Amino acid sequence: MTETIKFEVDSDGIALLTIDLPNQSMNVYNQALIRDTETVIDRVLGDDAIIGAVWTSGKSIGFLAGADLNMLGGDGATTDGEDPAFVMNRIFRKMETGGKDRKLLAKEGTKPFAAAVNGLALGGGLELVLASHYRVCADNPKIQLGLPECQVGVLPGAGGTQRLPRIIGQQAALQAITTGRPFKPAEALGLGIIQEVVPLGDVVAKAKAWVKATPSVTALWDKKGFKFPGGAGAMHPGSAMTMMGASAMAQKQTQHNYPAIQAVLSCIYEGGCLDMDNAIRVESAYFSKLLQDPTARNMIRSLFINKQAVEKGALRPEGIEKKKVKRLGMLGAGLMGAGIAYVSAKVGIEVVLFDISKEAAEKGKDYSRNLNQKAVSRGKLPETKSNAMLDLITPTDSYADLADCDLIIEAVFEDPAIKKSVTEQTEAVIGKDIVFSSNTSTMPISGLAENFTRPHQFIGIHFFSPVDKMPLVEIIMGEKTDDETLALALDYVSQIRKTPIVVNDSRGFFTSRTFGTYVQEGYAMVMEGVKPALVENVGKMAGMPVGPLAVGDEVAIDLSHKVAKATKAALGNAYVSSPAEGFVEKMMELERYGRKNGKGSYQYNEDGTKEIWKGLGDHFVVADVQPSADEVRSRLLTRQAVEAARCFEEGVLLTASSGDVGAIFGIGFPPYTGGPFSYIDTVGVAEFVIESDRLADAYGERFRPPQLLRDMAEKGETFYTAGNPTGRVAA
Amino acid sequence: MTEAYIYDAVRTPRGKGRKDGTLHQITPMQLATQVLQGIRNRNDLDTANIDDVILGCVSPVGEQGSNVARVAAINAGYAETVAGYQINRFCASGLEAVNVAAAKVISGEADMAIGGGLESMSRVPMGSDGGAMAMDPDVAFKSYFVPQGISADIIATKYGFSRDDADAYAVESQKRAAQSWQEKRFDKSILPVNDVAGRPVLSHDEFMRPETTMQSLGALKPSFVQQGQFGFDNIAIQKYPELEKINHIHHAGNSSGIVDGAAGVLVGSKEIGEKLGLTPRAKIRAMASVGSEPTIMLTGPEFAAQKVLKRAGMSKSDIELWELNEAFASVVLRFMQALDIDHSDINVNGGAIAMGHPLGATGAMILGTVLDELERSGKETALATLCIGAGMGTATVIERV
Repeated sequence: MTETIKFEVDSDGIALLTIDLPNQSMNVYNQALIRDTETVIDRVLGDDAIIGAVWTSGKSIGFLAGADLNMLGGDGATTDGEDPAFVMNRIFRKMETGGKDRKLLAKEGTKPFAAAVNGLALGGGLELVLASHYRVCADNPKIQLGLPECQVGVLPGAGGTQRLPRIIGQQAALQAITTGRPFKPAEALGLGIIQEVVPLGDVVAKAKAWVKATPSVTALWDKKGFKFPGGAGAMHPGSAMTMMGASAMAQKQTQHNYPAIQAVLSCIYEGGCLDMDNAIRVESAYFSKLLQDPTARNMIRSLFINKQAVEKGALRPEGIEKKKVKRLGMLGAGLMGAGIAYVSAKVGIEVVLFDISKEAAEKGKDYSRNLNQKAVSRGKLPETKSNAMLDLITPTDSYADLADCDLIIEAVFEDPAIKKSVTEQTEAVIGKDIVFSSNTSTMPISGLAENFTRPHQFIGIHFFSPVDKMPLVEIIMGEKTDDETLALALDYVSQIRKTPIVVNDSRGFFTSRTFGTYVQEGYAMVMEGVKPALVENVGKMAGMPVGPLAVGDEVAIDLSHKVAKATKAALGNAYVSSPAEGFVEKMMELERYGRKNGKGSYQYNEDGTKEIWKGLGDHFVVADVQPSADEVRSRLLTRQAVEAARCFEEGVLLTASSGDVGAIFGIGFPPYTGGPFSYIDTVGVAEFVIESDRLADAYGERFRPPQLLRDMAEKGETFYTAGNPTGRVAA
Repeated sequence: MTEAYIYDAVRTPRGKGRKDGTLHQITPMQLATQVLQGIRNRNDLDTANIDDVILGCVSPVGEQGSNVARVAAINAGYAETVAGYQINRFCASGLEAVNVAAAKVISGEADMAIGGGLESMSRVPMGSDGGAMAMDPDVAFKSYFVPQGISADIIATKYGFSRDDADAYAVESQKRAAQSWQEKRFDKSILPVNDVAGRPVLSHDEFMRPETTMQSLGALKPSFVQQGQFGFDNIAIQKYPELEKINHIHHAGNSSGIVDGAAGVLVGSKEIGEKLGLTPRAKIRAMASVGSEPTIMLTGPEFAAQKVLKRAGMSKSDIELWELNEAFASVVLRFMQALDIDHSDINVNGGAIAMGHPLGATGAMILGTVLDELERSGKETALATLCIGAGMGTATVIERV
């Protein structure tokens, strides 16, 4: 009768409710499961022969992984015109109370429901568990119990913001829900989230035993005199301090950009003043509010649906056999090469780490040694595993050692002559069908491919620094790169568990090109006399990880200078000068290169702190009249989005979604926006064109929107439409 | 239109707002009661002539709850026809209460009313009444709420006041308060507090530290660094992104003291004064309140002063004495900077940094203090004002008659 839940009543009259979605490896809440959940609860409550019920899962890999985000993403069909945000709350509450009002429930209690958690329970999965009267979990420490909804811009909307604080207290619940950090079974047991942790084979039996021994039950918070652990409510001094502190910390961390965090705080605060029936109504109201906000839609699409799609191979050309890289030839053991060697060896790939001298190559391996040492000392990595991993990395200064490699990545100096020489010497020793890739961030791939006799097997694999932390890899197709080469690059990226995007060749590709505009716009503003602190603070307020001056210092100003010079040389008359050049020239003159030499836009103190260099004001005089924060913010975001749109128009980007995923995970474009294309959609394409034109008139042609956007605005088109998360495809 | 006159102004001495403070043993109701009795006795009043008692109180809960003004009137033995109500304009409550009393007289609703306030900070600590501003995330987020100490430090950072500037101001406040007590300048207004047996308990402001020096203040650690690190500095910067970081300069020695006390001001029409044989001491020329940016919170006095001067048809140069509550040193430093006021013309007898700030009462206290000073120095016009939580300012201009 219910296709997603198996219903079996045993001889004791206990119903075993086994959630098992057909044709899916993992259980998730979709419309069918929601409907079936209510059906089986009604049946348990309505059948006198049934004394209670136990929830479990028919999947070996998990209990229930939360809601199907595609359902939340937009086309959320409503059931019978009921407020869709309240359906799950209503159903879970019916299970919890047996549908009885407060007085009757207090008098009689209701039929017991227990959860037998045999695998991970996240989001709506954990909420079902929390709404069950008794909770048993398998003793596998890998099981995650958590409420990760905030990470995609929504909140636990099936009672999670209400039941968890009533079990573990407001402060702990705030932390768990706003960070999304899951609990392990043992931890959950200690906090009372779970009542029993038992071997996997016993979960159902233990849950049934409890049901059998419990003729009727009332949830903790439905009992008279219930108090929140640690207190709650508007007149409770401890709770007031908790809420005040949480609001402050959340505003610091979100910069007012993530409405879900505030909504969770409000649910916990307001719910702390209420009984459960009213509290879940408040939660549903905030949940509805978030679903109406474009932030949630944008975050779900880019951070979840599209990220997962590219990780699962959406970009891979069809019909090509999947390959595994066994031995990687890593040319260059500098910061990037060392990082790439680390992430590769970590997943079991042999790495030949080549550099000009054995010492330099060994130094590159030290990077892995140091990271491993840290992990070992923290107990996160067994010594034996560390040694095995380090054994995979062979430092060398001999090209001959590259002979047996099945993929080459080049990450040597960004110097055309050096690149040419290294490429030729490598090609001489490697196999005749081995793919050669370059990690260049500035030089066009098709040009570098000319150094290689098989340009169809030459490709860009562009990592971000620090490699072990940055999730994105940008794969660049040269003019002649073929599909087999692309497939291998994607297989390798999948092996090292990174998130790929695929772009066409262009100077700076997509990420570096867009990222550069952020830094340059910051420099341009300082040149104009905008206060450096205003530029930096608004960069962070706009949602970028750091201000443009700070990140410019990290990248190094002399490097920007070098890249600009090389670009100028390569492009000749076609070169469009940037207003940031004056800034860079002046800093070069002052020998302020950034963090690398301890002086850039910032002054770097010996105690590790830094502050904006006071001398900036002497060279770039601060204007009497300062722009508003909104103006600075618009410049920083619009400039990047215009560049992204140009990349799309020029065919550097193939889809809107790859631009969004690439910008967020590669260069830290604000995640709440969903990426530059989601940002343009959210602003409104027509409004974005007007704003870009306004900025172009005020500050320069770099803001002028490409024709593509004008055409889209005229036709009322957007980058995304309902039901198509991949978004617009480049012409 | 009827005009409002001040006939009397009294205040209790201020006791340290802690358990070891002398007034800790006295209920807040007694503080208010003794003020009302003092006004009655000093003026030989038939209290049936008083229409209303308005008292400011910032934490109106517990023993300060439930309309302390009406209850104090009953407790003081006032005629039962005297109505009463409690108001909360945060730190300006006492002045607002006088303004409301005056407004009632001016509008013809009342012939005579008392405006004043009370706060026993030792018995009903600040924040006892809760409030949505800080703890309801919906409000805290929308308003970019930060605690007052952070606001004071934003003022210092934004307008360029150093720790030394603030400390020097505090040292001067202590010096002026000590000298004023020495010269008995407060005698006219001070109403010693008695215990229930009628024995004197406190007759002077006990919070003062006349020995304060730059060196002694230099030893104090700034008070709001930790709050700032918690996230409030970042919220301040989101509101004032031109500031690279917040400079924390305030500490216990250059901020107002936590104290217990009460005060009252007798206001009435010219006719009622003539009828009762009372001599008016000053006319209330104009009153004003204004909202200002809530995160920086404490810059309201500048705007309240401008507004009240406009309403009075006066200009800055028409004011001979200025009185601004010393909530934090930077508040006064910014006010002097914004309106170009010489330090010798403002808070001439010291202020709350030296003597303390019993929240609900202070406004009525400083109005009385500046009136006494006008009379002592033979000056005519004064403007009293206070900065207020959530970003407000209240001001009153008085003129001797």
